[in-house]
Amino acid sequence: MVGSGRLGRQVLSLYLPLAAYLLFLLFPFYWMSIVSLKPTNDLFEMQYNPFWIQHLTLENYRYLFENTAFPEWVKNTLIVSTVSTALSLFCSVLIGYALARLRFPGSNFLGVGIFLAYLVPPTLLFLPLAHVIARLNLYNTYWALILTYPTQLIPFASWLLMGYFRSIPKEIEESAMADGCSRLQTLVRIILPLSVPGLLSAGIFSFTLCWNEFLYALIFMSSGAMKTIAVGTVSDLIKADTLFWGSLMASAVLGSVPIAILYSFFVKHYVSGLTAGAVKG
Amino acid sequence: MSVPRALSSTVGTTSSDARMRRRRAGLLEREASLGVLLMVPGALLLMVFMAYPFFLGIWLSLTDSMIGRMGRFVGLRNFVDLLGDDIFLQTTKNTFVYAMVTVPFKATLGLGLALVLNRAIRFSNGIRAAVMMPWIVPTALSTLGWFMIFDPVFSPISWLLRHLGLATRNVNFLGDPVLAISSVCLANIWRGIPFFGIIILAGLQAVPNELHEAAAIDGATTWQRFRHVTVPAIKGVVLIATLLSIIWTFADFQLIYVLTKGGPANQTHIFGTYAYQIGLAATEIGTGATIALYMFPILAFFAVLLLLYLRRED
Repeated sequence: MVGSGRLGRQVLSLYLPLAAYLLFLLFPFYWMSIVSLKPTNDLFEMQYNPFWIQHLTLENYRYLFENTAFPEWVKNTLIVSTVSTALSLFCSVLIGYALARLRFPGSNFLGVGIFLAYLVPPTLLFLPLAHVIARLNLYNTYWALILTYPTQLIPFASWLLMGYFRSIPKEIEESAMADGCSRLQTLVRIILPLSVPGLLSAGIFSFTLCWNEFLYALIFMSSGAMKTIAVGTVSDLIKADTLFWGSLMASAVLGSVPIAILYSFFVKHYVSGLTAGAVKG
Repeated sequence: MSVPRALSSTVGTTSSDARMRRRRAGLLEREASLGVLLMVPGALLLMVFMAYPFFLGIWLSLTDSMIGRMGRFVGLRNFVDLLGDDIFLQTTKNTFVYAMVTVPFKATLGLGLALVLNRAIRFSNGIRAAVMMPWIVPTALSTLGWFMIFDPVFSPISWLLRHLGLATRNVNFLGDPVLAISSVCLANIWRGIPFFGIIILAGLQAVPNELHEAAAIDGATTWQRFRHVTVPAIKGVVLIATLLSIIWTFADFQLIYVLTKGGPANQTHIFGTYAYQIGLAATEIGTGATIALYMFPILAFFAVLLLLYLRRED
């Protein structure tokens, strides 16, 4: 492998493609960020290079916080995502443990059912679900999302946790039970502390999915102050005039940042969550 | 009941004292009853908010229901009527184009990304985090970035083309039928590459380095090593990611909703957005449910393929 052409080959086969990927995959974020930091008038100045900022301003962000319901949207998104994730984790720990460790009638069938539930997309269900939410009088309440998001989260989280629980040696559990722990005590005191990485993966993954969800939030939370960030940004910040770009992009950037930060702190957990179903071992 | 067998299998080495305690605890200690009990909270949510709506959707599709008014049973009329609806036929075509064009691009470019990431040792965590962004940030919000990139007035692509002398006027990316479907496909490909990339990367890293070294010592060329060491190792994950991606792309909604709402002239409607327009905007929830259900056989087909593959692997 060592030779005079090595560096050249590396540039061609590694750094050039890598740079192309980075440019393509990151450009939209760059664009959103610079537009959010420009005064709107600058967008109309055709002699300015649009790929750069001529006059830096935080005006769009100020506008977002003072003149729109953005702070409300943040609050709503946080509440819904947190509670929904907690609820999903609770259900998934129980399901995952039951499927991993207990033999009970119908467990195989339920395991397959949970897996198939993972593949059911929201677009298949949203119309009848809208009917159900209306019947339960949940429109424009947090419960509409808190109760429906887990259907998208539990299948995945249960599957992931089941894998983690299976990887814990049975002997640890058995000796705890020999010392007098009940099954549930064993689950809480022995299994869960050993499964923290799995719980983190499932939790981060669930939180991200809640934060990013769009269709259910669009339909079930239609009143201005109850919207989530994604829905509020898309439906309330695009206006008939052309002066909306700055605040629109500012909102899109701010709505993405928490997820980006969460993700970069827990890259490994997120990736192991993403690949849990796909890669074994 | 399987209770005695379940008990004896877990007792084994425990003392008779613990055994007594376990018997007393009853319901919570017997595997069968505890197992069922633990399933209850999650299963309840899935039944009320997933299984029940699914069957309600089938019922709605067989009625002429409007929003807020349960309709009469009309048999398969909605299904038949839709087959004579030009917009629905266009929607079906669009959905197939959308999925069948984007998935191969996502898979190929994702594979390329994985191969590059696998070799890029320096700054690897930072780069990995950066390239994942399209997949992890809220799609509705990143699509707004594309919404502006495709804007007839403010598009940076148009600006670049004009300044390079390749175009005299701004390009109307989302206003022209062919350009519109290409544009939404491009945004979808952008979003899906990291998913393939990271899953395939995980597959690549599961290949022991010794395998590559042994092949190299045996005189295998780079291509031969790729073909005989790498490909067999990642075949499974690529297949799984592809099936998942087909299902998700078929059932997409938000990307199209944000970019075009199905326009221009319904040229970018897919099942999800058309069901939304008919079922909610036009309040014909019965017909809307029918549109959504037309997705079902296709989704079921790919879901069963995935299930069979995973079972065989186990």
